[in-house]
Amino acid sequence: MTGRLLEARKVSVEFVTRGGQVARALDGVDLEVGAGEIVALVGESGSGKTTVARTMLGLERPASGEVVFEGEPLNYSLRRLRELRRRVQMVLQDPAGALNPRQTVYESVAEGMRLHGIAAKDPQKRNEIELVAAAMASAGLRPPERLFLRYPHELSGGQRQRVLIAGALALGPELLIADEPVSSLDASIRGEILALLLKLRDELGLGVLVVTHDLGLAWNIADRIAVMYLGRVVEAGPTEEVLQAPQHPYTQALLSVVPEIEELRPVVLTGEIPDPTRIPGGCRFHPRCPAVADGSAAADGVEEACRTLPLEILPPDPRGHHVACHLAALRSTTGPRTGSIV
Amino acid sequence: MSAAEHEATDEHPVRLSARQLARRRRRESFMRGWRTFRRNRSGMLGLVVLGLFAFIALAAPLLASAEGLEVTKATGGVLEPPSSEYWLGTDDQGRSVLTLLIWGARISLFVGLAATVISMVIGTLVGLISGYSSGWSAAVLFRLTEWFLVIPFLPLAIVLATVLGRSLFNIALVIGVTSWPSTALLIRSQTLSIKERAYIERARVLGAGRWHQIRKHVLPNVMPMVFANTTLTVAIAILAETTLSFLGLGDPTRVSWGSMLEDAFQVGAITTGAWWFIVPPGVCVVLVVLAFTLVGQALEEVLNPRLKGR
Amino acid sequence: MSDLLRMRDVSLTYRTEEGDVPAVRDVNLDLDRGEILGLAGESGCGKSTVASTILRLQPPTARVTGEVLFEGEDVLTMRWGDLRALRWAGASIVFQGALHSLNPVRRVGDQIAEPIHLHDPDISDKKVEARVGELLEQVGLPAARARAYPHQLSGGQKQRIMIAMALACRPRLIVADEPTTALDVMVQAQVLHVLSGLVHELGVGMLMISHDLSVLADLCDRIVVMYGGRVVEQGPSKLVFGEALHPYAAALSAAFPRVGDPAARFAPSGLPGDPPDPADLPPGCSFAPRCPRAIDECTRALPELRSFGADRQAACIRVEQP
Repeated sequence: MTGRLLEARKVSVEFVTRGGQVARALDGVDLEVGAGEIVALVGESGSGKTTVARTMLGLERPASGEVVFEGEPLNYSLRRLRELRRRVQMVLQDPAGALNPRQTVYESVAEGMRLHGIAAKDPQKRNEIELVAAAMASAGLRPPERLFLRYPHELSGGQRQRVLIAGALALGPELLIADEPVSSLDASIRGEILALLLKLRDELGLGVLVVTHDLGLAWNIADRIAVMYLGRVVEAGPTEEVLQAPQHPYTQALLSVVPEIEELRPVVLTGEIPDPTRIPGGCRFHPRCPAVADGSAAADGVEEACRTLPLEILPPDPRGHHVACHLAALRSTTGPRTGSIV
Repeated sequence: MSAAEHEATDEHPVRLSARQLARRRRRESFMRGWRTFRRNRSGMLGLVVLGLFAFIALAAPLLASAEGLEVTKATGGVLEPPSSEYWLGTDDQGRSVLTLLIWGARISLFVGLAATVISMVIGTLVGLISGYSSGWSAAVLFRLTEWFLVIPFLPLAIVLATVLGRSLFNIALVIGVTSWPSTALLIRSQTLSIKERAYIERARVLGAGRWHQIRKHVLPNVMPMVFANTTLTVAIAILAETTLSFLGLGDPTRVSWGSMLEDAFQVGAITTGAWWFIVPPGVCVVLVVLAFTLVGQALEEVLNPRLKGR
Repeated sequence: MSDLLRMRDVSLTYRTEEGDVPAVRDVNLDLDRGEILGLAGESGCGKSTVASTILRLQPPTARVTGEVLFEGEDVLTMRWGDLRALRWAGASIVFQGALHSLNPVRRVGDQIAEPIHLHDPDISDKKVEARVGELLEQVGLPAARARAYPHQLSGGQKQRIMIAMALACRPRLIVADEPTTALDVMVQAQVLHVLSGLVHELGVGMLMISHDLSVLADLCDRIVVMYGGRVVEQGPSKLVFGEALHPYAAALSAAFPRVGDPAARFAPSGLPGDPPDPADLPPGCSFAPRCPRAIDECTRALPELRSFGADRQAACIRVEQP
């Protein structure tokens, strides 16, 4: 049903820190998003999930690997990037900061349209005001005219987020990347914004990549989910499978500490995600892995592999459930080394 | 749809074009700023004083005949004290000091403003580019700014004035070229901080190139600081012009407050006690500079509400 | 064994240029030692304001009525000396946005030691150092971390420093204002683990403020839900979370769906509109404009807080007696 639209193929992104060390924010990620589906990219801070989003939009250049749009690798010239951005848009985190405080809502929404000359090319011959109003209405701001002359500080958090979404929709994109779309919003209005994303998928056929740390959000709206740890995807697959039958110890631990999950005993990991300048050898999760700590990895004879043998990058297979874990690979009855559970 | 339209016409008619909407909004925020400014008493005082001097400068031909400037047509005695005929006495050539003062206002203000324009244009451009770009062009501009900042103003001004020759425009140029660095530094640091804001990244995501980002996002957020800085720069420029003219570097064919002070000094007005020749131009310079400073401070309050009530 | 905290009919009104703004209206709260009480609500509901009255930290422009009884004494009318003794040694606060509350140019150990010095000016440096080490261990950090500067610590570690600071003078009551809001799920779990451990070990009473009802349901014994400055529901946490009586509490609970719940799959639940502005409250029930079960009568009068069984209350005329 969905074709591959935007892909990351074995993408690595490096930064040089102040101390001169090389930090691998992404260490080989395969990810794809197609039209008409919602993919959740889940991870904690330091996992690299925001970097994936920015690299897929061309804001960062990969040190290795490539980003592919409609089968063609990205061309980083200004003109081609601009064409890409008409079709793939992003809604940034922090709605308060993402809107220029000196621009009215109308100007913020119209900005992208003017850059791409959308009004001139409109097949229905609508003028700019009508297009802005249409975009704002699609984002749930009704009546749009009421808000045209407002400034960002006069809006509520939810309205600001909708303005950002409207600004992205005004370009008529096929794919939307939403970075933590509801984390800074009040709890009671989160559902509205999430429902909006679902509506855009259903009515406009948009593909959406949602970057978030919230597993509940993924359960709410995502078709597929990819869990990231320290620059790699460690588990990926259909949401129901990954969240109800997680195979990777990290995913299992994450799920177990989500409040009010009664089925799982909480596994609180010690410490925090390590520095991306010092990625552990072997499986990058092994220093904190509960299976290593409680001996089950040793019992099954894979502990040595966990410490020394690096795992392969998970393929972007949209239908399968893939895990990057030596223990899971051992315990699965089918599948190659990467532990694919088909 | 009609209900929404009706609702809309109460506040914001849909029929207005985008530009009219923007213009109306700008006018509203201008009025709000004006009201805030009005409440600042010292700022209003400064504005009144500036208005007075601006009027004097513009209406000079009406207030005092231009002939009063010509040495050959001077009718007064040498350094006569104030009298009913010459309210501020005469200079060493027999000209009315009042006439000189009035016409001098023109030159002093004009040169001050021209120099400020030059300084602000160079300073803002350099500040924006060195703040926004990364790479060697930014580094070069920054070093240039620092270099110019460190060079002492007076020696450089003297050298330039001597090389370029003595004319009004050259004086304005000299002052502009020596005073842009402080503006550039200010704009640069402001640009650096704005560059990191999320809405700049959003513009990039929408497909904006560098110039669009600078023009539509960085500049409007930097402009308030530019405005406040401008008024203070004018004050400094007028002082600079006065200094340079006093040192004999100004246009010899024009009368400015600085040249009056130079003449007074040359003819020993201090020792002869001809205070009417020295004090008025000095007082005028002080008043104008003070007025600009007060207005500048009030403007800062308007543009940065957090400073209010300090 | 006196009661730890009793709030009786506490109301707080801000006096502004545009008139009086009622931020808190008639709040009643009970908290005992060894208990964790959750205070739930979103921006503008007044929960942080209510908590600020416990240490009389409300802004001077605010007018407060009612009683805030800490161990029997009214904080609002206490003498200044008693109040100073109360602050930090009787009750302390872990502030919201704690990650930014640390002084970046001082070592964290010195910052923890500061309230200790203030309450006991004659205490020896060695004793203070020992106490700081003890506090760090209580929050799960090695004692050597006292010499670190804030920028050398991660978000979770900084939050633990703030908790250690709140424990410095052995308070009987700790208020934790959104302690895990900016943190990742795993770090949040670690911090909550520390907090609940403290309550059990030290027998303090804790008032935990959050907009995340699922976190409160996990950690707290009882939950009080606030909306528009008033208490709209209170009761045992599992019941308030799982079977809320008040429509707002139900919506708040549904905002954080349970992973694995088929009813939440592709059905995000949210409320239209925005939380009310305390300066511009609607007539009658403040929740009526957004309430899926509102009727005309809801806008005519403020619903009273009614009892529904032992220790359960809800302020809604649409809730039937069981």
